[in-house]
Amino acid sequence: MAVVPATIETAPVERLRRIWETPPGLRGTLTTVDHKTIGKRYLVTAFIFLLVGGVEASIMRAQLAHSGLRLVSPGVYDQLFTLHGITMIFWYAAPILSGFSNYIWPLLMGSRDMAYPRVNALSYWTFLASGIFLYTSPFLGQAPNAGWFAYPPFTLTTYDPGLNMDFYALGLLFLTVSTTVGAINFIGTVTKMRAPGMSVNRMPIFMYGTMTTSFSVLFALPSLSVACVFLFLERRFGFPFFDPANGGQPLLWQHLFWILGHPWVYIVVLPAMGIVSEVIPVFSRRPLVAHSLVALSTVATGIIGFGVWVHHMFATGLPALSMSFFSGASVLITIPSGIAVFAWIATMWTGRPRFQTPMLFATGFIALFVIGGVSGVVTAAVPYDLQVTDTYFVVAHLHYVLIGINLFGVLTGFYYWFPKITGRMLDERLGKWNFWVAFIGFNIGFFPMHIAGVLGMPRRIYTYPAGMGWDTINLITTIGSYIFAIGILLFVVNVIVSLRRGAPAGPNPWDAGTLEWATPSPPPPYNFAVIPTVRSSYPLWEDRLPPSGETARGEERSSVFRGPVLDDKRETLGTSPLEADTMSVLRMPEDSPWPFLLTVALALVFYGAVFGVWWLAIAGAAGVLATLAGWFWPRSLEGGAVA
Amino acid sequence: MTTMAAPSAYPLGNRLERSPGWWAMIWIIATEASLFGFLLFSYFYVASQARGAWPPGGPLELRLALPNTILLIVSSLTMWWAERGIARGSRMRLRIGLLVTFVLGAIFVIVQGIEWSHKSFGPRDDVFGALFFTITGFHGLHVIVGLLLNLAVQVWAWMGSFTEDRHLAVTNAAMYWHFVDVVWLAVFTSLYLSPRWA
Repeated sequence: MAVVPATIETAPVERLRRIWETPPGLRGTLTTVDHKTIGKRYLVTAFIFLLVGGVEASIMRAQLAHSGLRLVSPGVYDQLFTLHGITMIFWYAAPILSGFSNYIWPLLMGSRDMAYPRVNALSYWTFLASGIFLYTSPFLGQAPNAGWFAYPPFTLTTYDPGLNMDFYALGLLFLTVSTTVGAINFIGTVTKMRAPGMSVNRMPIFMYGTMTTSFSVLFALPSLSVACVFLFLERRFGFPFFDPANGGQPLLWQHLFWILGHPWVYIVVLPAMGIVSEVIPVFSRRPLVAHSLVALSTVATGIIGFGVWVHHMFATGLPALSMSFFSGASVLITIPSGIAVFAWIATMWTGRPRFQTPMLFATGFIALFVIGGVSGVVTAAVPYDLQVTDTYFVVAHLHYVLIGINLFGVLTGFYYWFPKITGRMLDERLGKWNFWVAFIGFNIGFFPMHIAGVLGMPRRIYTYPAGMGWDTINLITTIGSYIFAIGILLFVVNVIVSLRRGAPAGPNPWDAGTLEWATPSPPPPYNFAVIPTVRSSYPLWEDRLPPSGETARGEERSSVFRGPVLDDKRETLGTSPLEADTMSVLRMPEDSPWPFLLTVALALVFYGAVFGVWWLAIAGAAGVLATLAGWFWPRSLEGGAVA
Repeated sequence: MTTMAAPSAYPLGNRLERSPGWWAMIWIIATEASLFGFLLFSYFYVASQARGAWPPGGPLELRLALPNTILLIVSSLTMWWAERGIARGSRMRLRIGLLVTFVLGAIFVIVQGIEWSHKSFGPRDDVFGALFFTITGFHGLHVIVGLLLNLAVQVWAWMGSFTEDRHLAVTNAAMYWHFVDVVWLAVFTSLYLSPRWA
């Protein structure tokens, strides 16, 4: 495979565009494998789930604003808090980070695509289809209604008839397809597709975050799958896994659920921490302090995250020795988290921070991370946890974690990369309003929940009697959460306004140092006219930084605007996992209808199973086999596809 | 002067031994292995909490399961023989090896079905029955997937799609088949043998 070097001026960009562009129209819409299109779809879809989950929360907060309100019935309230929980945790928090990774990764690593573009498309379509599947249930009045962690025996048919929890079990299994193939795609990409020279010590922290969570997905998510299969088999066919009357173990569910449940917490925060680790150096005008330590902490958090699940089960009567072990492991997590926080603070301290909107959100993220972290450390202590289990203290803690370290990270990412994705800047003034309203509203709304919890207010109650002393706190919480909601709406307004009227961004509006800013905004279908070669963590800053490490020794500089073109077919470079030495030219697949068709067939399987229409499920399974056969049917490499 | 990292020619990576497609199968196997890990975790957790005998009816019979286990190990060897065959350019060895593997795997599934139908307990009777049928059922499904992969690769082998240096689909189907066999050894040891040691 001949590799002709060129510069961005001499590269045949029109030819590259023809090779990489997806034709417009319905066919192109359903068959595209462009990571940028898929990333944008992920971001928009997941954000819609955030808004839907937010509406559910707003109804709950209206009901709880005062004692004895009956805006919605207890049954509807159960469905609201369950749907709110699973929507936010499974259909918003992780997929939105996949959206950023899908869009940004190839640009950040100097590649033209992800390792498995068709798998990438499959991962989006199944994410969308599983969300539609889940949201079929409220239209039947049978949304999941037993809390997002769905403890049996309460979720068995004796106590919870109807399809509610069947939608839960099958919906999560459907989403598992998306999450698993997505994780395989990220791991394949990070190990194969980095630009030549982007060795592991130069790899951006954002890539470490998503890589770590992808491994967590591979090894922890099957635990939830097993739990959901057991739950469905018990509910539909009477297999007594959890029913104590036939020797079943209700606690088996709790173990299986939390073996995934706790790593999932890191799955929804580590990539967000990665985003913040990209943004803070740019707005502090210096490289990240202790890059290697932050990278190692990210990986360490993911690993230790596998050994802490029992801290969700301290109140179930487990042996003291086992609880001590898991309590200790949970406290241990503070060390890698602390390293990251101090690295961010040191970066700002020793830099020249500029507080534009992305930086505001990043600093807000740090503050909320510390509060949510501290309330997490205290609940890792068994005696304290026994006091606050199932109270609003836990609700406060988990919202500080999920909103503080996920949503604020996500908004950081939006403000930072929106110019790259759309070619236009988000409005700075509206952005500042957005931040302050959301930050203040969030703290007014969610901090008092700690107090409500300590005062003994249990979570998941649809209302409470007067005279408990909880009225004022709940009213403040409701007001604060509505202010927070206004803050989020300001973001939506900013996006809509800026899409039309935002200032043109240019390739590098923040004067950032990483590779995605070497491309035009928005990037062309082929991303890079020439494949760059990397010699430091911030290739675009090399002229200004004092030489350090390898650049000082080897005198080699990154070559961002001169490199191989690769314009035979859709091609990019394949590199080695550690040193990112060039190994090969990779021929990437063309657009393909199979991921979409496979998703349709899978949807038939799941709809057939939930309604007990078995011929439909079997037809769907046959469709799955047929589409897989079509997908993998051998073609010559010269024709583009890879067998 | 800037040093170009790129020499003038590289091999086409999709054809190399450790291609992206090969790695994809490795990660699929990794997550599937975790799935079986959690199934067996469930089995041992429930067993450790059980009151009274485990399994309730005494250890499972080996009369069918043991020969079936040996059969599956042999099928791994024939699969290996087939894949080595195409790696040396012998399409005939590939076709014969795949066919023999398919027949052995199909016999395994049939014997498993016979064993299921002769069990004195059902999946609804108690938690042991539920676990036994779910875990062996999950494994059986994986054997069937392995057989379908084998079937697809056989069709392609007869079409002459594979060559000495281009047979990733064969390698992946073979890896998956070996994985399914190794999982069976874990299932067999846990469900059939471990109660005998207690």
